Amino acid sequence: MNVPLIVQYGLSGITVGSIYAIVAVGFNIIYGTTGIINFAQGEFLIVGAMMAISLYGVVPLWLAIALAVIVTAILGGLLEMVFIRPARDASVLRLIVITIGLSILIREAMLHIWDEQVRSLPYFTGTSISTITILGAHISPQVLWVLGVSAVTVAGLTVFFRFTLLGRAMRACADDRMAACLCGINDRWMVTLSFMLSAGIGALAGCVISPVTQTQYDMGAPLAIKGFTVAILGGLGNSTAAVVAGLLLGLLEAFVVSQFAAAYKEAVAIVVLLLVLVFRPTGLFVRREIGELRTA
Amino acid sequence: MTQLRRYWPVAASALAVVVLQVVLSLADATYYMTQLTMSAYYGLVVIGLCLLMGYAGQASLGHAGFFAIGGYTVAYMTTVNLLAYHDTGLIRSLHSLGLIVQWQNLYGEDILSFSPWPAFVAALVLTGVIAFLIGVPVIRLKGHYLAMATLGFGLIVYRVVLGTKSLGQADGLSNVPPFHLIPGLEVNGRSAFRIQNYYIVWAMVLVAMVLAINLVNSRVGRALRSIHQNEEAAHSLGVNTYRYKLAVFVLSALFAAVGGALMTHYNGSIGPSEATVMKSVRYVAIVAIGGMANLWGALLMAILLNFLSLRGVFGTFDDAVCGAILIGIMLFAPQGLLRVPRWQTISALLSRRPHG
Repeated sequence: MNVPLIVQYGLSGITVGSIYAIVAVGFNIIYGTTGIINFAQGEFLIVGAMMAISLYGVVPLWLAIALAVIVTAILGGLLEMVFIRPARDASVLRLIVITIGLSILIREAMLHIWDEQVRSLPYFTGTSISTITILGAHISPQVLWVLGVSAVTVAGLTVFFRFTLLGRAMRACADDRMAACLCGINDRWMVTLSFMLSAGIGALAGCVISPVTQTQYDMGAPLAIKGFTVAILGGLGNSTAAVVAGLLLGLLEAFVVSQFAAAYKEAVAIVVLLLVLVFRPTGLFVRREIGELRTA
Repeated sequence: MTQLRRYWPVAASALAVVVLQVVLSLADATYYMTQLTMSAYYGLVVIGLCLLMGYAGQASLGHAGFFAIGGYTVAYMTTVNLLAYHDTGLIRSLHSLGLIVQWQNLYGEDILSFSPWPAFVAALVLTGVIAFLIGVPVIRLKGHYLAMATLGFGLIVYRVVLGTKSLGQADGLSNVPPFHLIPGLEVNGRSAFRIQNYYIVWAMVLVAMVLAINLVNSRVGRALRSIHQNEEAAHSLGVNTYRYKLAVFVLSALFAAVGGALMTHYNGSIGPSEATVMKSVRYVAIVAIGGMANLWGALLMAILLNFLSLRGVFGTFDDAVCGAILIGIMLFAPQGLLRVPRWQTISALLSRRPHG
């Protein structure tokens, strides 16, 4: 394998990997405030992309994407208020089942609204055949868009959670809900906000990846599985590690495709998921003892 | 006396099965029996899953995978053509033992393949071994982790059957021969065998129910329920929680495999749609709507929902109905639809006097 080929596969791995990382961050945001895994996370990406595709005919591309992100965020908030909030005290099993039900409902609704057709947004700059040459590898400018948007999203979230009052309030809720309540933080709204936030960044990820991978109503579940794998790989709740893990999984997939039949690509993430769940359920980057203290 | 009281629903169901058959035959509507038979095969999966989810409290989003392993194993073994190897010693000795039969398929081709009984046994062994190997690491996990791991297992099975050429890829396997259980009884989907098959599957469902009821009311069943309610407490009382959970996981996989294997003979084919995550989710939904730890509720809902779904009542909203049911039940009736208030509660309500 020569250098340009390695760069080629590497870049394509990093591109998908950064999308997995964003999905994982979406999982982490909701897991942090509620302690549940939102099985409908993948659907947010597809809803966002589909909405932007439909709006694109009417308004300019940037506005279509912005509107899609906002509407998906509102949708995420509404879903939380209607379906998750009433079951706040329910067991984990019940909440899992509710989010599975939500993912099915969203998917079926998309099937009836946007049918089975494969759609996509146009390339943000240039066309599907314009390329940039890096170290002998030819890549689409959209790849740079994906990487840029992912980097800005993750950086923005870090700033939001570290330095803004709202972000700190959300982290407080994640740490200790009761204590946060006693400090005057409205914990219910923090949960709703976490759903809006993770639906919003999911929609954004769905939009930037749409020109490359295209969009179909049932593509959410595989994305969710991979995002979950990445979230577990990095350790649930740890978003910085999720980015590293996302890039790792993306690269792994890209090089597996280069060596084996493409049919096995889907299985890679699942095998990784099973292995991590079995051997290091606390994630790659967390010392085992710390992980055990945390889950105890 | 209390021992016998547990079994009266079995007798009542048997009676209902017979009455339904007579009514359908008299009404000349025996075609409903085809869907009832298929629903009952799905019912076997649900009974197993109910033991796992409702009694041991362990969610599985991969049971369609076990169903598919059972079905695909018998389909592959009974349709693979060994004619090219008929001269080898192994094949000849298997032939003389009656484990291999020669028959003609729909197109008049000569086929030398395993006969259904050894294929059925192999399907159960294979499913049992896979469930055990998957279960050993996975059953230690809890909550989301277990759900995602079983979901991952189901997805792998789906990918494998979809990607493997000898398993027919997207077309699945067809031309699966009927299964002669004993002389005079065969699992066969043709309309001449409709009533016979209706009784075969219902006999199996009722036997499975009796097994499950016995299990639930035994020492093992009490251990399982203690795990569901409080695993640490059960563990501290000396219940080997890991072993019980693993055992019931394998058992429920076997129930699914029996359903899958026999339904494949009944339909004469199996395809990748049986292995989808949506199917697994559907089984979970049925157990949930039946009331989790309620075997009869789960069975009733399995028959009702699958029957309606197979008749096409829900149309293109089939999956959406399943999702709506899941959410609705979990939000408003986590005890299931059939949980009637206890008689004491009712009488307490009735006897409540207004305060003077």
